[in-house]
Amino acid sequence: MHTESVHITPYRTHAWVLITLLAFTFITITVTWIDLSALTVLIALLIASVKAYIVLTYFMHLKFESSLFRVFVFMVLFIYVLVILFTLSDYLFR
Amino acid sequence: MEHRDDIGAKLGMWVFIFTEILLFGGLFLVYAIMRSSYSTEFHQAAHHLNAFIGTINTVVLLISSATVAMSITAVQKGNNKLAVILLVITLLCAAAFMINKYFEWGHKIHIGLYPGSDLMLTLSHGQVMFFSLYYFMTGLHMFHLVVGGIILTIVLIKVQNGTINEGRYVLLENGGLYWHLVDLIWIFLFPLLYLIT
Repeated sequence: MHTESVHITPYRTHAWVLITLLAFTFITITVTWIDLSALTVLIALLIASVKAYIVLTYFMHLKFESSLFRVFVFMVLFIYVLVILFTLSDYLFR
Repeated sequence: MEHRDDIGAKLGMWVFIFTEILLFGGLFLVYAIMRSSYSTEFHQAAHHLNAFIGTINTVVLLISSATVAMSITAVQKGNNKLAVILLVITLLCAAAFMINKYFEWGHKIHIGLYPGSDLMLTLSHGQVMFFSLYYFMTGLHMFHLVVGGIILTIVLIKVQNGTINEGRYVLLENGGLYWHLVDLIWIFLFPLLYLIT
């Protein structure tokens, strides 16, 4: 059995996270109705990233895991961003 | 005394999730490049997608993610009964998602919009590219949803018979992580495919 204390996320936190995510979904849909041309994609991606951050932090429990997990996730995302940047810089400016 | 390492088990699950992120990441990269090359074609093609079904599926997946997260809380508090109910809701959401997808894909295939169809041959290269990516990415995502559903069904049985309990629930946590990954991918797929008209 565990002897160390385990973090239990209250039901209420999960409910609030769900409401926040649904609100962001609604915002994304509303924003895309307004035509901002190139900005639309950027805003949609920005909101999606915020939603992803919330899912990773609360639903996937990263906030309460040991920092090792957060370092790993950060490194993987960092490497992926590098791959995107290098590929796009090659593709768009060749 | 049995050997047991919950942190290690979760770390292993995360390493697997990283490979999944890079798998879909590659596809998102293809999407980004194709979209920058064929932005007008992508806009035209995206008009064929049903944003309403896409929105419903987004809501359904978010709810299912919340119920999985809550089922962990329930098991931690020793309330396996509630955890079972929450997991059943999750699986029902997964089924709803699949039914929506069936109608969505079914309609497209009915009007002849599928890879290799006669109608597809008349479209421009950019539009064909959009539909290929649409079918491949949502298809691969749906495959993950089915796998996630199978994993959660196994977890559900174990919660029901008490193999997963308040002292031992890492399998539920890992199953939950996989389910959240499915949700995470959809969070990006939805605006990029459905909302670019």
